[in-house]
Order: sequence, then structure tokens, then C-alpha cells
Amino acid sequence: MSTAIKDTQKMIEEVLDAYPEKSKKERAKHLAANDPSGQCSTCQVKSNVKSRPGVMTVRGCAYAGAKGVVWGPVKDQITISHGPIGCGQYSWWSRRNYYNGQTGIDTFGTMHITTDFQEKNIVYGGDKGLDAALHELKELFPLAKGMGILSECPVGLIGDDIEAVSKRVAKEFKFPIVPVRCEGFRGVSQSLGHHIANDTIKDYVLGKGELETSTPYDVALIGDYNIGGDAWASRKILEEMGLRVISQYTGDATLNEIAIATKAKLNLIHCYRSMNYICRHMEEEYGIPWMEFNFFGPTKTYDSIRKIAAKFDARIQENAEAVIAKYKPIMEGIVEQYRPKLKGKKVMLYVGGLRPRHTIGAYEDLGMEVVASGYEFGHSDDYKRTYPELKEGAVIMDDATLYELEEFTRRLKPDMVGSGIKEKYSYHKLGVPFRQMHSWDYSGPYHGFDGFPVFARDMDMTVNSPTWDLIRRKK
Amino acid sequence: MRQIAIYGKGGIGKSTTTQNLVAALAEAGRKCMIIGCDPKADSTRLILNRKMQNTVMDMAREKGTVEDLNLDEVLLTGFKGIRCAESGGPEPGVGCAGRGVITAINFLEENGAYGDDTEFIFYDVLGDVVCGGFAMPIREGKAKEIYIVTSGEMMAMYAANNISRGVLKYAQSGGVRLGGLICNSRKTDMEFELISELASKLGTQMIHFVPRDNEVQRAELRRKTVIDYAPNHPQSDEYRELARKIADNKNFVIPTPITMDELERLLMDYGIMEKEEEEAA
Repeated sequence: MSTAIKDTQKMIEEVLDAYPEKSKKERAKHLAANDPSGQCSTCQVKSNVKSRPGVMTVRGCAYAGAKGVVWGPVKDQITISHGPIGCGQYSWWSRRNYYNGQTGIDTFGTMHITTDFQEKNIVYGGDKGLDAALHELKELFPLAKGMGILSECPVGLIGDDIEAVSKRVAKEFKFPIVPVRCEGFRGVSQSLGHHIANDTIKDYVLGKGELETSTPYDVALIGDYNIGGDAWASRKILEEMGLRVISQYTGDATLNEIAIATKAKLNLIHCYRSMNYICRHMEEEYGIPWMEFNFFGPTKTYDSIRKIAAKFDARIQENAEAVIAKYKPIMEGIVEQYRPKLKGKKVMLYVGGLRPRHTIGAYEDLGMEVVASGYEFGHSDDYKRTYPELKEGAVIMDDATLYELEEFTRRLKPDMVGSGIKEKYSYHKLGVPFRQMHSWDYSGPYHGFDGFPVFARDMDMTVNSPTWDLIRRKK
Repeated sequence: MRQIAIYGKGGIGKSTTTQNLVAALAEAGRKCMIIGCDPKADSTRLILNRKMQNTVMDMAREKGTVEDLNLDEVLLTGFKGIRCAESGGPEPGVGCAGRGVITAINFLEENGAYGDDTEFIFYDVLGDVVCGGFAMPIREGKAKEIYIVTSGEMMAMYAANNISRGVLKYAQSGGVRLGGLICNSRKTDMEFELISELASKLGTQMIHFVPRDNEVQRAELRRKTVIDYAPNHPQSDEYRELARKIADNKNFVIPTPITMDELERLLMDYGIMEKEEEEAA
């Protein structure tokens, strides 16, 4: 075992020492020193299990995964938070999934719609209110193409039959009404919500649309939520390569795009964690191959462009090289501009679905090093994909607690931390430069060639802001 | 003020027994109140001589929220000044009746429905303690006494034992105690002996054996208790006796529920249930 791994293991043990015996034993399984070779038997973290009570986990719930991540961005569907008002209110437009359209006319992404349960709805059931809400919405928004009913906890407890209401009203309206059983108490994190949402896409929408013309270059862009315009930047590259993106979901997606998605020749998936289920289903059911790709930072983007092109003919492969040749000088200019200011800076990441591993290359393009990375709700397949991306001895964290994040920060002394809104302000108090890496801190896009200049500028702005020198840092 | 909860298997006669015994108490000049904790809202029909129309939850639904309710809209007075309220709730198969019971009891309590001069408050609770809502009447600060209505039928005894388990749970955390079993006779074999024995196994008493009499049925058809309909009938005296025993009861215990095997053995010992090997032979 290398000294880098041993040193990190020692540091992890020191951090864990503050815990009571039982918590220590349990948390030890979720923290490890990275071994890119995958040979070190103690370097694999345990994941996707219930959080320990009291540790201040930053995980979300199944509703967050189904509504906030997967279904929420579908723009021409009205997404209803079915239950008391809080869940809908606090998940309202928090992920900045951009879309084209006239909000309130033909698109509904930024709208907050809830059945607003009161005590009487709990006691007498919410199905009649739901039925009324669906009819009111149909009258108010005649151009909606469908509706989604996202269950909050109480709906599952009182046993409201949302499937029966959906079925009846869908028949009447002649469009999909999707009941999603994503009650927050199900599962250990938001991850189950992704899975439940994928299953409902499969059951209620997928494969139900017709595509007039078909080409050998038809692809679907999956698991890109268009945060700050990410999906648009990714789509642009694919189109410049000569591919036809027939379906892009769920960022800036229409229900029709999802309905015709089964006509794609290849499924391209960016966020593996949240949408691998639908890709696997289409592979089994429709024989559509799928591949993961990474459009963060030029190095990974060039690599992914070539890998995608390799699935097609020479024409696409030539186009791919032309695209790379076109953007390479621009990207080199960006690297030249920012690398001197960011070179050698250390980054600690603690995010969700794909970013703990996908953004590593983009940081490395800028000369930065990711010294610790972790997932809120990753599974073992996510970690397997992460180990080779990080240096030996880097810290791997699963479902990290706020205490652990702070302790690792004190010991590793990163120049920048990238995590979520719940962590942001505690880092501000610590005086450590921080970037919100779930919603790009009101910036973006970060994907593709359009995104990298924004990414580089934002990281420079974060790390080198003079503001941090004005904050008294905790020693 | 004594708060008393009546539990028992569905259809065993909880509401009928409760109303008759409360009528007997009221007749003796005691100030009583009945709170029906069942969405069917039939716990006060014999006292009010009609089905309660204004249940707490139905009124709350009509008005929007429970905060908009006035106490006098849901608290009615019936036979001999007995005050009556019903929690109300959804039709079967929808919503959460348990939550309705919680909301209704909280509303009545917060708005001073119990009054200062009430001597007895009876909670008449739906069938089994299926969820937290139906255990509401025996939570801390509410009913301290429980009576279980049962008969010599196996499932009624089974339910009585199960309810004892629920009482045991709350007895350990709060002050609730079992006051006894009320045997509402179904004229099964050796019923008196069997229920007396079950009561002693549960660590309690059979407080009264109420014989079966069709006069109860005749009174019910006229929306009345026997006390009200036929005060001179011997059955009225049975309820008066039950009322007197409950008023004088000092025997409050933490129940000792038995296992299913023990319950079956009990039925075998009294010759109600045959041993399996005998059956097989």
C-alpha cells in the first residue's frame, strides 16, 4: 500500500475519532482513501444505505429525486405537488432547469402547482380535490400536453388512489396524466425517487409517440437537466457532429420527445445515476445501445466526442474531428487565460449524481487538483467509475456529514469547495471559497464548449476573489 | 372528572352498552358526556334520539378548517342532560379516520367542551386500535380507565386480548389502566365462566355480565336506550347495575395480555374448542 493511501487513511481515522464507537464503526465504511487501481480491498466505500440519525446528512428524499430532478424539468407537462404546500414550495424552481417557451401558456417549468392539503384533505382523502385541480388546470392551461401527480408523504399514508384519478381523467383529457408514488419516506435518499420517476416514464409516456422520418444519426440526449443551459451546450456539439437529437430529456424536454425516444439509434447519457434505469430498459426492450459521456472540460469533451463518433460512420467521425479542430484554439485560449491563476489549486467536491467524477477533468484542464470527492446518494457503480478519475490517496466520501466535510476541509486545506446550498453558508463562515455545484450558483452553462469558458471564469472568480481575504478565517 | 374509554371488537355492542350505562348514570343524577370516536358517528344516537348531524370533522370540512368551528355547533345535549359530540370522518376506504379522531378530540379539549362540572366522559372508540388515531383517547392526559366489551365468542375474546396489548403499551408510558371486561352476552356455552377466567388471566375483573335481551333491540329501533324506553324492564336494572359498578370501581390494573396459545388452551379447558388430535381422530 502506498504512503499516500496510508496517510489519508490515518487522517480519516483521526476525523472519525470524534464519533461514539457505533457511529465511528458505521461511518468508517463510507470514507476511504482512493486507490485508482482498485486493488486495495479497504479502499471501497459502502453506499446507498440509510443515514445514521443525528449526523446531519445533506441527502434529499424520494420526492426530491422524482419531482425536483427527473419530472420537474419536463416543460409542457404540468407537474403537481400532491400534498401539503411545503414540499412544492421548497422544491420550486430550485434547480434552474432552463427551457424555451411561454411560461403559463405552453410551458410550465417555473410554475408552482400544489393541491395544498389541509387537515380536511387528510381526514376525508385528497382524491376529490385532486380531480378538481386537474380540471381547473385543464381549463386554465389548455395547451398543456400532460400532467404529473407527484405524491408527498401524507398521500402514501392515507392511501389516496391517485392511479384511479389519473386513469379516469387521462381518458377524459386524452393526454398522459402520470401518477408518481414518490412519497418522501420511501428509500434512503433521493436516489429511489429517480428510479420511481424512470419507471413512470417507462409506464406512461415512453414509446407512445410516432416519429415521421428516421435517420441513421438519430440520438437521444438523456440525463441532462439543462441547468443554466447545459443541455443546449451539449446538444449543439452533437448537432455539429451531424447527429440528429430527436429527444432531449428531461432538461427543456417535451412529453412528445420522451414518447418518441425509443426511435433513437443510440442513447447518450450524461447523468448515469438518475437515468440509467430508462437506458437499461430501452436496451432490453427496444435493443437501443447506450453510452455514458462527459462534456465537462475540453479534454473529456474531445474524448467523448470521439467515443460517440466511433459508434457511427466515417462521415460523423470526420465531422467530430472538424468540431474538435474548430473549438480547440478557443479552448486553448481559455486555458491559457485561467490556468496561470488556478494552477496547483486544490478542490474538494461533495455533490450528487455525476459531478463528483465528471467535473474532475475540467478542473484538471485548469491545472487544479481534486483532493476529495463524494456523493450524497451514489451507488457502488458510481464509485467504481470515480476511483480511476482521482489521484491515489484522495479522500472518497459517501453521504458525508457536515462535521466530516468541515474536518476534511481543515486538514486538506482546499482552495475551493464545490457542494450544495446546505453546505454553502457554513463554508462562507469558515472563510473557504465555495461554489454551489448543484445549480452552478446562478451561473452556467458548464457543459460543452459554451460551458467551459463560464466554468473557468467562475472558478477563477471563486478562488481568487479578494473577498476571502477580508474574512477572518477560523484556524 | 373521570375519563373512560370503551373498546372492543367491531359489532360487539360498544355503542349500545355505553349509551345505556351512561343513561343509567345520568338517571342517577351524574353529569356525563359521550364522545364518539368512529367515523360512522352512531355513538350518541340513542341519547339524542336521532343520528348526530353535526360531527366535528364534517362541520370542519364544511367551514374550511377546524379553527372556524364553534363548540355549540358540535356539542349537543340529549337524554337527562347528557352532552354528546361525534368526531365524524370519511366514508370507508378513503382518507384517514384516525387523524379525524385526533383533530376532533384536540378541538373539543382546546375549546373547553368538557366543562367544569362533568363527572364522567366516555369515549366510544371504533373496533380495533388500528392506528395511532384510535389510541388517541388513551394517550396521556385523556382517558385513564378502559373497559373492554366482549362476549364468549372466540374473536371477541381475541380482540379483547389484543386491545389489552395496546393498553399495556400506553400503561407503561402513561397512567392508563384497565378497569375490567364487560361481557355483553351472546349466549355462548359457559360464557360467564369463560369471560371471568379470561379477565383473571388478563389481571382484571369481569365487571358485569349483561344478559342478552331483545328489549335492547326494541328500544334501539325507537332510537332510545332501554333506560329511556322501558325504565321498568329488568334489562334497565342490568345497566343500572353496570353503571353503579363502574362508578364504584377501584380495581384498575396494568393488563397482562396472554399469547394466542394460552387463549386457545383456555377455550379447550372450557370445552369450547376441541383439541386438534381429537378432531383428527
